[in-house]
Amino acid sequence: MGERPAVAFELERVTVQRAGRRILDELTATIPAAGITVVSGPSGAGKTTLLRLCNRLEVPDAGIIYYRGQPLDELDPLVLRRRVGMVFQRPTPFPGTVADNLAVARPDAGTGELSTALDRVALDPGLLGQEARTLSGGELQRMCLARTLVTQPETLLLDEPTSALDAQPKQVFEATARHLADQGITIVWVTHDDAQATRVADRIYQLRGGHLTGIPAEEVRP
Amino acid sequence: MNGPVGWVGLAVSLLLVAAAAGISWWQQLGLHRQILIAATRALAQLLLVGAALTLIISPGRSIWWSWLWVAAMLGYASVVARRRAPEVPHLLPLALASFAAAAVVTLGVLFGLHVFPLTGRTLVPIAGMMVGNSMTATVLAGRRLTDELRDKRDEVEARLALGQASRQAATPYVRAALRAALTPQIETTKATGLVFLPGAMTGLILAGTAPLQAVLVQAVVMFLVLAATATTTVVIALGLIRRLFTPDHRLVYLATAADH
Repeated sequence: MGERPAVAFELERVTVQRAGRRILDELTATIPAAGITVVSGPSGAGKTTLLRLCNRLEVPDAGIIYYRGQPLDELDPLVLRRRVGMVFQRPTPFPGTVADNLAVARPDAGTGELSTALDRVALDPGLLGQEARTLSGGELQRMCLARTLVTQPETLLLDEPTSALDAQPKQVFEATARHLADQGITIVWVTHDDAQATRVADRIYQLRGGHLTGIPAEEVRP
Repeated sequence: MNGPVGWVGLAVSLLLVAAAAGISWWQQLGLHRQILIAATRALAQLLLVGAALTLIISPGRSIWWSWLWVAAMLGYASVVARRRAPEVPHLLPLALASFAAAAVVTLGVLFGLHVFPLTGRTLVPIAGMMVGNSMTATVLAGRRLTDELRDKRDEVEARLALGQASRQAATPYVRAALRAALTPQIETTKATGLVFLPGAMTGLILAGTAPLQAVLVQAVVMFLVLAATATTTVVIALGLIRRLFTPDHRLVYLATAADH
């Protein structure tokens, strides 16, 4: 295995405008590859937009985004999205069983691989045959995480994934994410919950008024 | 005038319109004016179309006039479809393409394989049946697919975020829209003859055609409508997918009907 680049995302003067409003205003930032980077900030600050840009569900009006040194618009979006997985704020189960859901990510995956994916997010592999929509909120969100892991991503974008969860499932999700980060997966976690940010983050960035602040000097460029 | 209904007969049938208007007046529905206007308008439109058709399909007239009529019908139907579902993006060109595709399939089978002889008298009414009946399904399919993709945007984007191509991510919603648009036509086809007598057959029988002959024509028309609705809806759905996703597999912003 070659040496891993230390920077996951680099944003250069990225501007996003929606309905006449500048959501991100010439944002320049570097997101390191190691550990969990939390992006916090008030709602409406553009946190979700920032994640969607990284997964190319949206494109900026101006500026360039690099992923591991390559401009995003030069990468095949379908390949990029498998390398950079995303878990959304609200769990989005597809119709069918848990196995059906995981198979959407990789139809050729065998039961063994699907069980492993559930195992990685602390879900019982016995749930594979269960209707996805009958799972609890916490289980559902971890199933969505497992579904993303089936594509074997290098990076995970988590968009307030625990905002609808109670304390206990929230804790399980946080522990799962930490475990994944320790296995070498880059995590960019968006939250407006400061206590959670402190619990899970290796570094915390603040997104306010379209700018990222609070970047520790040593993290800006290695 | 040929056929069982003459001008006097038509005038007498206006009593039925008077009955409808009378009911509105008696029950104070305030609809009698609208009923009279609608009936007058329908009669005027039918007489105009009748006169135009008489000109176009009269013996010795070039069949190109009939083709021109068909083309105008396709164009007009596309405009109507667009007006009925303004929230569906790019519906005008898509409807035009879908009606054209359905015309190729249905007219190709019926005239290419000599089910009917190709004359103005057969071409214009058959194309009219095809367009008229598939227009509702076209609007239904376009509207349903747009609604599905807008309302289930989270789900669609979750599929895209897993690396699915836009066409693949849209497949479940395309299926739902096509089923919704085709099911009424399938139900109608099933109930034909038991629950109701379709218009073409009723018209033929009233005009003096033998019932068996009328039934054969009606069956062909039903199959024509079935093929036309299937063709138009699938062209609309696949065409819409190309317009509702960007080439780099992002779902575009979709307005609701209320925004228009």
